[in-house]
Amino acid sequence: MTERMWRPRSLQSSYDVVIIGAGIHGLATAYYLGKRHGVKKIALLDKGYLGSGNSGRNTAILRSNYRTPEGIPFYDASVKLYEQMSQELGWNVLFSQCGHLTLAHTDSSLIGLRVRAENNQVLGVDSKLIFPDEIKRMVPAIDISSRARFPIMAALYHPPGGVIRHDAVVWGYARACDRMDIEIHPYTEVTGIRVEKGRALCVATTRGNVAAGAVLNVTAGWASTISKMAGVPLPIVSHQLQACVTEPLKPFLDKVIVSATLHVYVNQTDKGELVLGAEIDPYQSYSMRSTLPTLEQIAGHTLDLFPQLHGLRVLRQWAGVCDMTPDYAPIIGRAEEVENFYMDVGWGTYGFKAGPIAGQCTAELIATGKTPALIQAFSPGRFRAGRLVGEKAAAAVSS
Amino acid sequence: MSFLLACPECGERSAYEFRFGGEVKSRPQQGDSEEAWFQYIYTKTNEAGEQEEWWFHRNGCRKWFQALRDTRTNTVIATWYPE
Repeated sequence: MTERMWRPRSLQSSYDVVIIGAGIHGLATAYYLGKRHGVKKIALLDKGYLGSGNSGRNTAILRSNYRTPEGIPFYDASVKLYEQMSQELGWNVLFSQCGHLTLAHTDSSLIGLRVRAENNQVLGVDSKLIFPDEIKRMVPAIDISSRARFPIMAALYHPPGGVIRHDAVVWGYARACDRMDIEIHPYTEVTGIRVEKGRALCVATTRGNVAAGAVLNVTAGWASTISKMAGVPLPIVSHQLQACVTEPLKPFLDKVIVSATLHVYVNQTDKGELVLGAEIDPYQSYSMRSTLPTLEQIAGHTLDLFPQLHGLRVLRQWAGVCDMTPDYAPIIGRAEEVENFYMDVGWGTYGFKAGPIAGQCTAELIATGKTPALIQAFSPGRFRAGRLVGEKAAAAVSS
Repeated sequence: MSFLLACPECGERSAYEFRFGGEVKSRPQQGDSEEAWFQYIYTKTNEAGEQEEWWFHRNGCRKWFQALRDTRTNTVIATWYPE
């Protein structure tokens, strides 16, 4: 008999922790709550199937070569958890640390990459600037000529960066949670949250009401809609982010290539398909329909880097909804307005790569009430205090 | 499919001709409380549904106008110049 990854269960009337959103952040939080803090009664609620949100829509790129002293150690811790994950979960997540190149085509982006390289090295992250000859040795297919509209000037080379099987991460965590009797409830949409005297008492769902000791909002693009139910305002706007995948080619590209100037990132999967990502669409939206102008933009900019790919056909195009914050950094913490309402939101275009460490920190916060040092800079109160993070090395946003 | 926006001046054009200007909010007056300014700058309704918002016809008449749009489907219900 085949082993089930996780079992369907009936919804109970009360839980210690109710997690709204069963993507990678919610699953990782549940996993660490059970594993490290011994919390028993946890329910993960999701309006769709497991991995139907951004956990299954991202381009599966992992890296830690960020820019700020807040961001770098945080993402570094996340990459290290990903390196251990197959061992930790007893489940192969197919992490390939093939190396990651961020291209500079202008003086200003070169300066930005130089700052990142220096900051990364000081904080112990393997990351350095390389120049066109070396880029060409690593990626023979790339066009480093001066004929290009935006000739390549340099790249930030980040050897530990790479790609992972994002579905495997979701399934691996779900399986590990299920083994600890943490309940996973797909197709269970939250319709309301009852708040009395500054406490969230009860979560209403399409399958009935559940009482909650603590409620965690980890709903990415829909974070504002859930937060509104608890009366907690957020500085978030939702934008869609699109990506596509082409028909397979012989292996020719074994690095992840990112260009902020061209708003495109490219990697070749083990099957040979090219996964191409865009920057966020320029208007706020909850729609998950892909659009032709964005496909044209992705295709044009990919051809700027790899002109020989003209005529290559696109198999699929899709979109996810990203919760963008004003400073390109997440919001993790307890709501000021509701004492047992927690959030791990504002993950914008960089949530997948942060999942394990965000889950570990959020679990510690919920279980102990203490904010771990790694996430202190990401508190919900930072906007009122005027202490923005300013993570300009975030993915898929113009620098 | 992308979507079309009816510019009050130029008529229906692709959304990519425009610059999105965010949800419509009322701007506090000089001398209003710090709280009012905080709410204005940082708090977003981020409506999943019909929302009044600003648009600028960047590649056309270069005028700002307002629109009522359903953010779930990108259906534009109305566009107008604000008073």
